[in-house]
Amino acid sequence: MNGIIGGEIIAAKQHNNLEGKSQFLQTGRWERGWGFLWKSKAEYISESLVEKLLMLSAVVSIMALLLISVFIFSRGVPLIAKVGLGDFLFSLEWRPTQGVFGIGAMFIGSLVLTLASLVWAVPLGLLTAVFMAEIAPPPLIRIMTCMVNLLAGIPSVVYGFFGLVIIVPLIRNYLGGTGMSVLAGAVILGIMILPTIINISQDAIQAVPREYKESSLALGASHYQTIGRLILPAASSGIITAVVLAMGRAIGETMAVVMVTGNAPIIPDNLLAPLRTMTSNIVLEMGYAAGDHQAALFATGAILFIFILLLNLVLNSIRRAGKRYAGN
Amino acid sequence: MEKAVKMKSRELNLFYGNFQALYNINMDIEENRVTALIGPSGCGKSSFLRSLNRLNELIEGSRISGEVFLDDSAIYEKGINVVELRKKVGMVFQKPAVFPMSIYENVAYGPRIHGIKRRGELDEIVCRSLQSANLWDEVKDRLHVPARQMSGGQQQRLVIARVLAVQPEVILMDEPASALDPISTARLEELIAILKTRYTIVIVTHNMQQAARVSDYTGFFLDGCLLEFNRTEELFLNPRHNKTEDYITGRFG
Repeated sequence: MNGIIGGEIIAAKQHNNLEGKSQFLQTGRWERGWGFLWKSKAEYISESLVEKLLMLSAVVSIMALLLISVFIFSRGVPLIAKVGLGDFLFSLEWRPTQGVFGIGAMFIGSLVLTLASLVWAVPLGLLTAVFMAEIAPPPLIRIMTCMVNLLAGIPSVVYGFFGLVIIVPLIRNYLGGTGMSVLAGAVILGIMILPTIINISQDAIQAVPREYKESSLALGASHYQTIGRLILPAASSGIITAVVLAMGRAIGETMAVVMVTGNAPIIPDNLLAPLRTMTSNIVLEMGYAAGDHQAALFATGAILFIFILLLNLVLNSIRRAGKRYAGN
Repeated sequence: MEKAVKMKSRELNLFYGNFQALYNINMDIEENRVTALIGPSGCGKSSFLRSLNRLNELIEGSRISGEVFLDDSAIYEKGINVVELRKKVGMVFQKPAVFPMSIYENVAYGPRIHGIKRRGELDEIVCRSLQSANLWDEVKDRLHVPARQMSGGQQQRLVIARVLAVQPEVILMDEPASALDPISTARLEELIAILKTRYTIVIVTHNMQQAARVSDYTGFFLDGCLLEFNRTEELFLNPRHNKTEDYITGRFG
């Protein structure tokens, strides 16, 4: 039964495919009647095998996610329950060897560092995206796209090393302090999230229908008025998506951050003070942590996990709102 | 009584790179009349329309020779303010490009661009433009809903209202009815008949009957040339060129 249905579909396809027909004529298969249009048993078996392989791959990927989340939460949640969610999240006392687990400083640290990097990287990235999407001539666009992709491909430890060798001494010499600071982290992290902001905003700007631009120009608007009043608002949901994704990347970044921020578990009171993020906390202490201490690190991971999950939810609702607004 | 000539082209040639899209077009567009441009796809009628408000310049590699005049000023002259030109020569596109904002904001977009900020003044322009576009009664209670929720015919009239809001003198329409159903099309044609008392209209259309119904003058384009240009009745009843006759009787195109 299956074979016949499959065959009919192929027959219908072949019927419309004159090129295919002439090929069959050349190979002489045409003269053997319509039999070749039916699949052989071997073809069926191999097709169903491919199908099962694809299915298996999908299941393995999803299972990995499930296993990781179950593991993180099963190790972390009991400790959060023991300490209390409020104390765990907001207490500033982190003395793991004495059994005091409050990640307040790290929680704030992650937020402060992320915001500090977004503050300068979002405007810069957005302006770059506008330049690339609307103003730059095609050869320049190609070069810039290539460079932005390179920027995205540099391993984070290299960023961290660059920060340690160049940015930290600069800050130490010109602004004071040790140089290991919020500022150093924000500079490095900002550079790291630029490609995300540029690429996604550029796509969003280019996705604005050409007719909008033409209509606006035909109404007597200048190119810059069109960009500011029509194209950017029309691309806004894409641009917000870019910012949220960049935020996700910034919160999760570890290596480069550990290398340049000094890692003191305190709330920084100025841009030149050191800070510690939640990710730094895990990577710094996982080597020797055991028992409740280790569980506390898992709990930190769980908090990060939930954070990213929330960001994804925000993203989805932005996309839905964007579609509703466009009215399609 | 002959009316004044509003726009005219003289020996207009248009090139896209090495391709020549228009050959020596000479046309007089009379004031307060509807001029229809007909011809098969790719014949240059849309290119001609776009050269009347210099929108063809958006296409990379386009060049022009010859002249186009609005009233008595040559619009391709150096130092001509393109913004002022496009304010005077508005354009309605084939696909109604309704901006993703409210009905009100769509109509107010042009006036805002041109520096009108006072709410009262904007309200008045929006109201007047929507009335002129025969849309006011249908939308007056929902001016602040997203414009993309309107029907296709309403969207096209909204786009016309948006053009009217910048107080143009000439309105160019590029196949404005090609995406509309017959009823919306009829309403659009009624609107064109009303608008021509105040504006000069140039309309590109694939629909012979529409050209015959709405226009006073018709130009037939073929392969980048203006083959025939005459009063509409004259062109449809006594075409001088046999290619024109073939086209309007549906033998090709």
